Order: sequence, then C-alpha cells, then structure tokens
Amino acid sequence: MSPTPAVADAARPALAPMYRMQFEPAQDCWVLLYPEGLVKLNGPASEILKRCDGKTTVADLTEDLQRAFNEPDLRADVGEFLGDAYERGWIV
Amino acid sequence: MGAPSAMNEAKPGTGATPRKAPGAPMWLLAELTYKCPLHCVFCSNPTDYADHMSELPTEDWKRVFREARAMGAVQLGFSGGEPLLRDDLEELVAEARQLGFYTNLITSGIGLTDKRAAALKQAGLDHIQLSFQDSTKELNDFLSSTRTFELKNKVAAIIKGQGYPMVLNCVMHRYNLPHVGRIIDMAERMGADFLELANTQYYGWAWLNRTALMPTPQELADAEAIVDSHRLRLAGRMKILWVSPDYVDAKPKPCMAGWGAVFLVVAPDGVALPCHSARMLPGLDFPNVREHGVSWIWRDSDAFNRYRGTEWMSETCLSCDQHEKDFGGCRCQAFLVTGNAAATDPVCPKSPDRHLIDEAIKGAVLGSHEPAAQPLKFVPGAARSGSLWYRTDANSRTLTGAHDTTDPVGEPA
Repeated sequence: MSPTPAVADAARPALAPMYRMQFEPAQDCWVLLYPEGLVKLNGPASEILKRCDGKTTVADLTEDLQRAFNEPDLRADVGEFLGDAYERGWIV
Repeated sequence: MGAPSAMNEAKPGTGATPRKAPGAPMWLLAELTYKCPLHCVFCSNPTDYADHMSELPTEDWKRVFREARAMGAVQLGFSGGEPLLRDDLEELVAEARQLGFYTNLITSGIGLTDKRAAALKQAGLDHIQLSFQDSTKELNDFLSSTRTFELKNKVAAIIKGQGYPMVLNCVMHRYNLPHVGRIIDMAERMGADFLELANTQYYGWAWLNRTALMPTPQELADAEAIVDSHRLRLAGRMKILWVSPDYVDAKPKPCMAGWGAVFLVVAPDGVALPCHSARMLPGLDFPNVREHGVSWIWRDSDAFNRYRGTEWMSETCLSCDQHEKDFGGCRCQAFLVTGNAAATDPVCPKSPDRHLIDEAIKGAVLGSHEPAAQPLKFVPGAARSGSLWYRTDANSRTLTGAHDTTDPVGEPA
C-alpha cells in the first residue's frame, strides 16, 4: 500500500465529515455511523479512532495508546489501521 | 492490543434458522406523510395511499423513536411522500438526534430552503439524500409531472453549501438509462458523495407502469458498461451504487436482509411494515403503532413473524444452498408476479415461475421498437394522460377509487 497522508508521524487525522462515532449500549461496542449504514468497531479500532480528533498527531496518539494499554510498540499496528481507515474514507 | 480492525460491515441477515429470536430493528424508516409535490411514475408508495392519509401526530412519532432506539435501532430515515411537508420535521429530527440516531432525510428537495436546511442542521440532521429523475430538465419534469429540475439544482447547492453529506438517488428505467453518463457527470458537478443508480424495482406505482418503464437487457448492459468506466475514473471521489436490475440479472435480492430482520417501516398512518411495499400483501394484519408498542410489533406480532426463518419457504428454496443468503428473495415480488407471497422470488432461475419474468423482459424487447421513450416536451399532467399510469390491467383494478380524490395534477384526460 502506498503511504497515505493520514499515517505519517506528523499527520493529524480526523474522522471524515460523513462519519459519526458513538458507543452503542445495545451492541456493547463502538460504531461508525454513516449515511444509511454502520460499521461495528472492535476495541483497538475504536481506541485509535477516538483519538483522531484533527489535533493530535499520529506520533502523539500512538504514544498515548502505548501508555494507556501498557504496550511497548504499537506504531506498526496504528499505521496499518489508519492506512486501512483512510482507504475506506473513514478519516481525512 | 490485538490487530485493530472493523469487526464486520453490519448488514445483518446472518442465518435464517426457523423462529430465531429477531435482532434489533437497526433501520427505522419513518414515512412521515404520503403527501408529495411530485407525481413520479415509479413511486414505491402504495397505490391506495389515498385511503391512509391520517397522519401520526408528533408525540406518537417521538414515542416510536424512543422505543425503537431502546431496542437498538441506529439509523433513522425520514421519508414519505415528501417529509419536508411536515412542519414538525425539525422537532422530530432534534428528538431523533438527541436519542443517538444517525438521521437521514430522504427528500425530493422541494421545500428545502437555505433557512430550513440550516434549521435542520441545527437540529442535528446528519445526511440528506436527494432524489433526481434525470439529467435533463425535460425528462426530470416529465417523469415527476412537475417543473422541478432547476429547483433541484439549487437545492443540491444548498445541501453542499451547508456541509451535509449528500447522496443523490436516481431511479433508472427505460427512459433515462440512455442518459446514465450524463447523470453521473451531473452528480459529480453537484459534489455528491455518493450516487445511487436505483434500477426500478417493480412495486407500487412502478408495478402499474412496469411495461412502460422496463428497459431491455441490452439497454441495461450498455448503461452498466458506462457506469463501470466512470467508477474507475471517480474512484476515491464519488461512489456509485448500481442497484441490480433483478429481472435481468436473474438473482433474487436478499430483500430487506430478511423479513423482519433489520428493517422497520412506519407508514404515515402508523401502520408498521417490514418493507415499503408489504401493505398490499393479502392475509396479513399489520399492526399500528397507535395500538401497540414497537417491541411487541417487532418481536411478537404475527405479521412480522410470518416470513422469518425458513419454515414458510417453498421446496425450491429449502433445497437450495442460497436460502439463508437471499431469504428466498422478495415476498412482495413473489406475490405481485405469481399471486403467492410465499413462493420463490420469480426472478430466480430455479423458480417454476421464472417464465413470467422472461415474458415481461420479452415484452420490453418487443416494445422497444416503439417510440415511447421520447417525452421531451413538458406537459403538465402528461404522465397521467399518457400511457404511463394506464398501461396495465392491474393499473385499472388497483386505482379504482383511490387517486381521484387526492391527486393534485387534475383529472385524467
């Protein structure tokens, strides 16, 4: 996959305007809502997307995740997910 | 952390074991009114809608939203008729949004001023789907029997100007399929995020007008090739959905992802339905939200349980390895074409009734030599005085006593 703007350390990804993210009690998970559809997110995906606020850099949100989950190196996982999310149009 | 990913695209419909307890009605479609300024020949509203004009009041709608949301409903579509004709639309949107729904307005755009679009935005409206009839003024106006083309162009600019995601929906048929390239260009110019090219599904008014609307297989193939070429060009900018013309594709659609599986329609008068069209099915007593709670309707009513699971299926479906994927296709189509709502969807090549579909297609091929597809001059009421509404026997039977009192266009010529 070619490098995408949303994946670089200095990028500040944000949810695309069409999407809304919220917790669904009935399904006990986070979902991405978009016109006439939804995507259920697993825990790691929702933790990353929650931090895509358009202000936080990829480097900072990765560090934050590593601290929060006590994991030494999540950069590759985060990069892979953000690349995929960008391709799907979830983030800009 | 494990590998991050989306768990699945939540288009449910996983397995249809007999009498399985239903999941949530994820998709609630609120048909707020049957009133509409347009008169489209392919409208999916019931042909006898004039008998069901008594509309739910605001408070009943809010109760329905609350109950459905508590069951896990997530998507809420405001539809009709034309939902902008309800002056409590902003209030209903605000309530829905506050409950946590993703709110979709499905509209002709007639009545969507800058001011109203802003008020809806303020109320929390998430998305607007705007219908178009064609890329040309003449055909748009002819098919809707109104002068609305320029207005729709303005409305599209308002929608984009206020930052809404915009889906354009165009119902496709014999008259506008030759214009598909121009329709795509138009959607691109308007800045649509998504273009839905909805090949006509033959229900409601479209069923009455089936003969006139049906394209030939060649016309469909030509149009789809054009769509495919544009898809490549537009990748990453505008998605195009080509709704399968199931007569010609000969593949039953997994209608509504299964009867009573994810989709709940509440009609303007409060009747709860598993799809837009089911009201005309015989032998089903569809419950009304004025008399029953949404939970009972969804989980316990006979109507919503009738075609759940597989027990009702024909031997043709039961012996087929696709029956838990396509759910036997569409009950309404089965009824309209074969007279039996439990039959295998007749578009399926395995259906003993497939010949009925083939005959309809053959009729379109023979009919294509006639110069019917050239309504290039706008005449008020033309769709009504022309052949479109009066083409079939079913037309005259079904229309009896219904639209004479309600259609604002005028009496038939």
